[in-house]
Amino acid sequence: MEHKQALYNYLLRLGDNAAILGHRLSEWCGHGPELEEDIAIINTALDLLGHARSIYTYAGQVDGNGKTEDDVAYLRLEREYRNALICELPNGHYGDTIARQILFDQFNLLVYEQLVHSKDETVAAIAAKAVKEIRYHLRRSTEWTLRLGDGTTESHDRIQQSFNDVWMFTGDLFVQDESDRSVIAAGVGPDLDIIFPIWKEKVKAVLDEATLTMPTDGWMQSGSKQGRHTEHFGYILSELQYMQRAYPGCEW
Amino acid sequence: MNTEQLWNLLDEVMDPEIPVLSLVDLGVVRDASFKNGIPVITITPTYSGCPAMKVMEEDIEAALQAVGFDEYEVNTVLSPAWTTDWITEKGRKALQDYGIAPPEQATSDKNALLGHPKEVTCPNCKSRKTKMLSQFGSTPCKALYQCNDCQEPFDYFKCI
Repeated sequence: MEHKQALYNYLLRLGDNAAILGHRLSEWCGHGPELEEDIAIINTALDLLGHARSIYTYAGQVDGNGKTEDDVAYLRLEREYRNALICELPNGHYGDTIARQILFDQFNLLVYEQLVHSKDETVAAIAAKAVKEIRYHLRRSTEWTLRLGDGTTESHDRIQQSFNDVWMFTGDLFVQDESDRSVIAAGVGPDLDIIFPIWKEKVKAVLDEATLTMPTDGWMQSGSKQGRHTEHFGYILSELQYMQRAYPGCEW
Repeated sequence: MNTEQLWNLLDEVMDPEIPVLSLVDLGVVRDASFKNGIPVITITPTYSGCPAMKVMEEDIEAALQAVGFDEYEVNTVLSPAWTTDWITEKGRKALQDYGIAPPEQATSDKNALLGHPKEVTCPNCKSRKTKMLSQFGSTPCKALYQCNDCQEPFDYFKCI
């Protein structure tokens, strides 16, 4: 596979993770459990959308056909989006959102801490900014995992169920394909096989402290790198792409 | 116009969200010089998702146009990553006077050595007995604090 194509696919994965999760988090706007959390969650969403913008802009340049960040963000078919499945899951209650968030934040931080050393200068520059923001995200989702897990009986039971329910989507985060292998060989991105045990160890440490049980690995959902999404994704796209589909070629 | 005057001009372009802070004070302007008589300004974004960046770019262009330049370049660079360490002393004082606690410098706070949370000074009554209400505030760059002495809530410009 040509390096340009591999890099483009790799950037789409990074950008789509940020954009789709950012989109999900923005759905909490005005509906947060308390004002400070409402603000915290949409700040997190804004950071993620910022990451997506930088990544999509670079992806457009790598593609070399004059695509803008908006073209990359909006003008793709459902099978062309490469976000991890966990990012598109519905928000559910706040425990569901926090469980999804901490599992992703821990993964995201480990990846970006490596991307800072990428041989691709632009990726390294984007990562240098993003990694600082992701640290704040992880701190918040960790605090809430502890608060809800080591909270009341009800909060403990509910967030334990959240982790049990979301666990089958965690395997999909670490699946690597031909594009990934090409990007790893070029020194542009890290090997997720190396990151996986570190992620697992760190997640276990937080769950232990939160008096929660780490779910056992069972069957894992997969397919995001082939653009095979959950049913939820259709609903996201119908909102995300509404303007572009209703008014093709629309501009601000 | 010479380079010094160009920097002075940019020092009058204010942050759209915090109007007492200039883009130079904020450390957003990384370079300002002339190339073949054309001003070339290099800026860097603060937070990845900062929605004010586009406005800052347009405000810089407007400032250049106002003094008669119809040819100019405003470039955005991502690296080196912006840090609150780049906020000038003048900027920190302006923040404080405006009611926003400036980012605490790690080196001046021995609590950082002990791994304790930073002590933030209340911009209202100057007490150091303050508490964090939320790591996140009205904009991506700010956190929400409250003073235990005068009880006033205030924004803290987060270190990044």
